[in-house]
Amino acid sequence: MGLFDKYSQIIERHSKLEDFDVDPFNVCVDRVISPTVGIINGQQKILVGTNNYLGLTFEADCIDEAVKALEAHGTATTGSRIANGTYAGHVQLEQDIASFLNCRAAIVFPTGYQANLGILAGLADKSDTILLDADSHASIYDGCTLSGATMIRFRHNSPGDLDKRLERLKDDKSNKLVVIESIYSMFGDRAPLDEFVDVKNRHGVSLLVDEAHSLGIFGDCGRGLAAEMGVGANVDYTVGTFSKSLGTVGGFGASNHPLFETLRYTSRPYMYTASSSPSNVAAAITALKHIRTRPELRTNLWQNAKMLHDSLSELGYDICAPMSPIIAVRMPDEETAIYHWNMLFKAGIYVNLALPPGAPNGTCLLRCSVSAKHSSEQIAFIVDAFAKSSAIINPKELPRAAAAQ
Amino acid sequence: MEQMVAVIWTPENVLDEIRSLLEAYNPNGVKIGSATNLSSELNIDSVAAMNLVMEIEDRFELDIPINQLPDMDTPKDLVDIVLTRVNK
Repeated sequence: MGLFDKYSQIIERHSKLEDFDVDPFNVCVDRVISPTVGIINGQQKILVGTNNYLGLTFEADCIDEAVKALEAHGTATTGSRIANGTYAGHVQLEQDIASFLNCRAAIVFPTGYQANLGILAGLADKSDTILLDADSHASIYDGCTLSGATMIRFRHNSPGDLDKRLERLKDDKSNKLVVIESIYSMFGDRAPLDEFVDVKNRHGVSLLVDEAHSLGIFGDCGRGLAAEMGVGANVDYTVGTFSKSLGTVGGFGASNHPLFETLRYTSRPYMYTASSSPSNVAAAITALKHIRTRPELRTNLWQNAKMLHDSLSELGYDICAPMSPIIAVRMPDEETAIYHWNMLFKAGIYVNLALPPGAPNGTCLLRCSVSAKHSSEQIAFIVDAFAKSSAIINPKELPRAAAAQ
Repeated sequence: MEQMVAVIWTPENVLDEIRSLLEAYNPNGVKIGSATNLSSELNIDSVAAMNLVMEIEDRFELDIPINQLPDMDTPKDLVDIVLTRVNK
């Protein structure tokens, strides 16, 4: 037995992708020209799968501040904050996030993935119980696993199922932490946060909301979905990322709990990793100012999302969720999805291909993420690419969502 | 009026219920016994296993932590977990 024998089925499945011109999971972007255009395999493509919701990756002052930080502080911190020290930029970014979210404190991590690892493994241990939404991101599953807590899944976006399970656990004395996302990354569907808050309050448990795909997009000044729904004060812990609407790299946890910063010396994913580089921190600080002060970015984003969502619906495509900046087109099976992805790629657009287990419920998806920086001409081009594909694979003849479930 | 009768769960009737739930994961019609391997014989991957656990939870009205997934190789393992929890 070799170490890789356990992957034989996955290797065989992946080898089928080699029958196509381009491996959708191994695309090499030669050069990125703008938030919405890149050169891939020598050809210009419109990028529709980057989660670059506000298109801030090329914002002039974000780049300027990142360059200044590089020149002033070097390329990296070369170690963890508990060993090498915290830089002034880390402190400023944490204060800015805490202020933005009306929280007592925020803790910054090098990536969004590590933010979930650090917050979950820091908050819970084997004496605690975490109840997590079934469709949670891998970083949530991994953080829960790392914590050692008892993990109980509840049905996706079902406050009723959570309520039933908490009722069954009413005599269990462990601390309970409920973990949900505001917007789910694959389908783009949103959580009924107000109903979850109602359940959590009735049972007296804690609530963590991952706002990775909603920060900068929803709510007053882009504060997120909990803020938009008026339930921000009921969220005990917020997790977010800088790699989507903020257009850089990193993640954070934020809370009003007076002991939250205990995690700085108890959470191993915080303590034992190199801290965020000065340039990434500077870019995040600057991007947060754009999010606070430029509502027109959100206006553009939502206009683009509506145009693409409505157009693909009119073509007959089965969209997984109501309109959001994530527009996930359901495919009937893996082969069709890969074939369709390649057709779109050849037509000049790069979307995400998502297959099980990366997408929930055995679903195969062509996942688009819209940017505020897409022009209306680019959105029309994307729609045209789907229209050309639909002439060959008629979406109206594909099995519908209800039949696939 | 019809009276609700509490089911007394035994290894036999729990196995019957689990075999019934497993049929949805058995498109090739493998004969399912108590020792059938869920992964190698029924191709149930980690995500499908979590969904199966959820169906078992609903059927028996109990919670099974997914931390126990590594201990679930066969229907018999599932039966043991269910019986431990329904008899708590």
